[in-house]
Amino acid sequence: MSAPILKVSGVSKRFGGFTALDGIDLELGANERLGLIGPNGSGKTTLINCISGALINDTGSIVFEGEDITRLPPHQRAARGVARSFQIPKPFRSMTVLENLRVPLEYAARGRTGRGKINSDAMEVLELIGLNNRANESSAGLTQVDMRKLELARALAAKPKLLVSDEAMAGLSSAEVDEILEILLALNARGVAVIMIEHIMRAVMGFAQRLVVLDAGRKIADGTPEDIIRNPDVERAYLGE
Amino acid sequence: MLKTRADKIFWAVLAAVFLGGLALTELVANEYYYTAIYAILQATIMAVAWNILGGFTGYVNFGSAAFFAIGAYTAVALDKWLGLPLPFLIAASAAVCGLMGLGVGYLTLRLKGVYFAIATLAMAIVLETFVTNWEYVGAARGVYILTPEKVPFFRSYIQLLFVVMLALTLGSIAISRALNSSRIGRGLAAIRDDEVAAECAGVPTLRLKLISTTVMGAMMGVAGAPYPFFVTFVDPLSAFNLFVAVNAIAMPMIGGTAHWIGPVIGALVIGGAQEAITVTISSELNVLVVGLMLVLFITLAPQGIVGLVQKWMKRRKR
Amino acid sequence: MDLFVNAIVAGILLGAFYAAVSVGLSISFGQLDIVNIAHPAFVIVGSYIAWILNSRYGLDPVLVGVLAAPIFFIVGALIYRIYYAAFERTGQESLSGLAFFFGVMFIIEVVLILVYGVDYRLVSAGYLSKNVDLGFVGLPLRLVVPFLVASAMTGAVWLYLSRTFTGRAILAVAQDRLALQLMGADPVRIKQFAFGLAIATTAIAGALLIMIGPVEPSLGRVYIGRAFAIVVLGGMGSIPGMVIAALLIGVLESLVSSFAGPSWAPAVAFGALLITLAVRPSGLFGRA
Repeated sequence: MSAPILKVSGVSKRFGGFTALDGIDLELGANERLGLIGPNGSGKTTLINCISGALINDTGSIVFEGEDITRLPPHQRAARGVARSFQIPKPFRSMTVLENLRVPLEYAARGRTGRGKINSDAMEVLELIGLNNRANESSAGLTQVDMRKLELARALAAKPKLLVSDEAMAGLSSAEVDEILEILLALNARGVAVIMIEHIMRAVMGFAQRLVVLDAGRKIADGTPEDIIRNPDVERAYLGE
Repeated sequence: MLKTRADKIFWAVLAAVFLGGLALTELVANEYYYTAIYAILQATIMAVAWNILGGFTGYVNFGSAAFFAIGAYTAVALDKWLGLPLPFLIAASAAVCGLMGLGVGYLTLRLKGVYFAIATLAMAIVLETFVTNWEYVGAARGVYILTPEKVPFFRSYIQLLFVVMLALTLGSIAISRALNSSRIGRGLAAIRDDEVAAECAGVPTLRLKLISTTVMGAMMGVAGAPYPFFVTFVDPLSAFNLFVAVNAIAMPMIGGTAHWIGPVIGALVIGGAQEAITVTISSELNVLVVGLMLVLFITLAPQGIVGLVQKWMKRRKR
Repeated sequence: MDLFVNAIVAGILLGAFYAAVSVGLSISFGQLDIVNIAHPAFVIVGSYIAWILNSRYGLDPVLVGVLAAPIFFIVGALIYRIYYAAFERTGQESLSGLAFFFGVMFIIEVVLILVYGVDYRLVSAGYLSKNVDLGFVGLPLRLVVPFLVASAMTGAVWLYLSRTFTGRAILAVAQDRLALQLMGADPVRIKQFAFGLAIATTAIAGALLIMIGPVEPSLGRVYIGRAFAIVVLGGMGSIPGMVIAALLIGVLESLVSSFAGPSWAPAVAFGALLITLAVRPSGLFGRA
């Protein structure tokens, strides 16, 4: 593995008496595709909230490109190249699809976007995602699958080095899942590292080079998809004793 | 400044309105008209200011009257203490009220939005209590302000105030419009639509919200500063008038909050109607009408007059 | 010293009454997340109904409050219907919902002014002018009776919420949607019922308010800050926490009023609210 782009060490997070994350260690190489799986309530979302900055972990550190970002607010992490998409799409409803992309281009990617290039950069992302013919439509009126695409497009418009995709495919049809997978692979081919949280096993197995399994706030396995399938701990976590 | 055709039209209209105002002072002597228009202008600034936070950013401020009153009392106190000329008083009121907006925002904007709304309401009552007990500016009894009998260029002091207020109003509208279409404006809209997603798109939400509350506060202070000289008597009851707060909310809500023109339209329509009703019927009924219209618009036409017009134009296109 | 004891005792009596004003808000704001800033305006409506029936037919204000409560319940349920259809269903409640209740508050106040004017109104009942003497301090019944009725009502609401099926469903609406589904309850109907209950309490609280002192239409405004301060201080929806906060505010106001002058009293609740919001937004007794 090349020098890690993201290094999570000993991260814990408690809510009242409940331990959501318990000493998580995780490394991610630049341009790596990582699948993050685990049963419901295992701490996946809490972990990516800590990585993106929506939550601040109680202990441990998060290092991105050699810089400790543990205490930074989300917008500063976004400016450094950490982008995320949300499980339930959160479009800026009063704006058109194109305007939705202007926000990250004008803020998160501000230093990396040429003057006067905002609209052309936004259109480029929309073309990659396949939303270019919806550019001037209101984002509130999109279909479910287009909403998911917009969610990804907005994350991409931040020009990230690391994309965290939180269940971008839940509830989509098989053909739609393939569409989203293709987008994520195309993105990865451009040099963006991806952490994918997904319940659809077919998607995760097909996409990820490496899988990390969480259960009850602990990391119980870390390896290639083939190794993980054969891991008895993982089977136990998913199927019970 | 004059990049697009819309810009040119906007500034041309602004200049025309200002020149029209100046011409009016040459043509009309009856003070009633200036009093009526002054009230509408004051309401316009308040509505435009409220909308920067309420409409663009999505945070409700119930304490508009407090910003207005502190603007007025800052002017009173500095006038009494140092006898500064009006432009300095206006600038001082803007600074004090801008800081007040920053302070309340800093204390509460890290919490859920409703806390900000309640805190502004609380702030209004706390400040009213302090002013009610502040002897230097007359406490509960109120204070009389002396205005000059003769002023250069204009026939009366009311005319001068009218022109000053007109300039301030046009300035506020220009600031609001510039903000609405700028990068900051898009950041504010992102906050209003979804604050978490905005933050993840790199928008420094807390900083932008504080900019928003500060600009709002400063503008309301500006609206309040000339008020004591306009009415020549202020007491806490009239300065902290809840009606000021209701108008500041109702006018943008009725006009439409998403677009900069919304509060201007709301203020002209409601303010104009109020001046007519106050003269013809009664001021209480006038307040009731505003309240009813506010509730009706919020429930039935949440996009306001601007939204209704946009919908109508879309339908005509088809 | 006498002044001090008197102020403390009066503060406790007043505080229990503040709890009666706030208990409904504790349900609507604390549990249902509906920021009903018109809550105190409904209290004032309760006061005016008590005044009308008392001055015309000589009915006891407490009795009027109890009789009016069911009607207030229906009005509350109807308002929730409108609120739900216009704002909650479309996710507009944070901005428009707030402005909606602000408008409702304003309409109530102005209608009262238009119909009954801005004069102070009060009720009469034989016992209101009497005192009970506890030896070390004399207590006017116009404070003691509201204290007793307020305590009874607050206690009853608390028992209802914690002991009955519907009451627990109301608590579940706020905290645990899954549990609510398992109970087989429809959240909208539960919230409608709860909001009705919240408004119903204002009928009685209003009757108590006008027993304590004269009432005019804009008096409700002062109570906005008091009631919200008490609910936030009490930890958002916890009834015991709310009662302690109400007593605290009552005593503080009473002390400030006695030693610094009554014109400073309104600042107490609001000051407490601002400080709480800034320093400890989960309230004195809230879950962090």
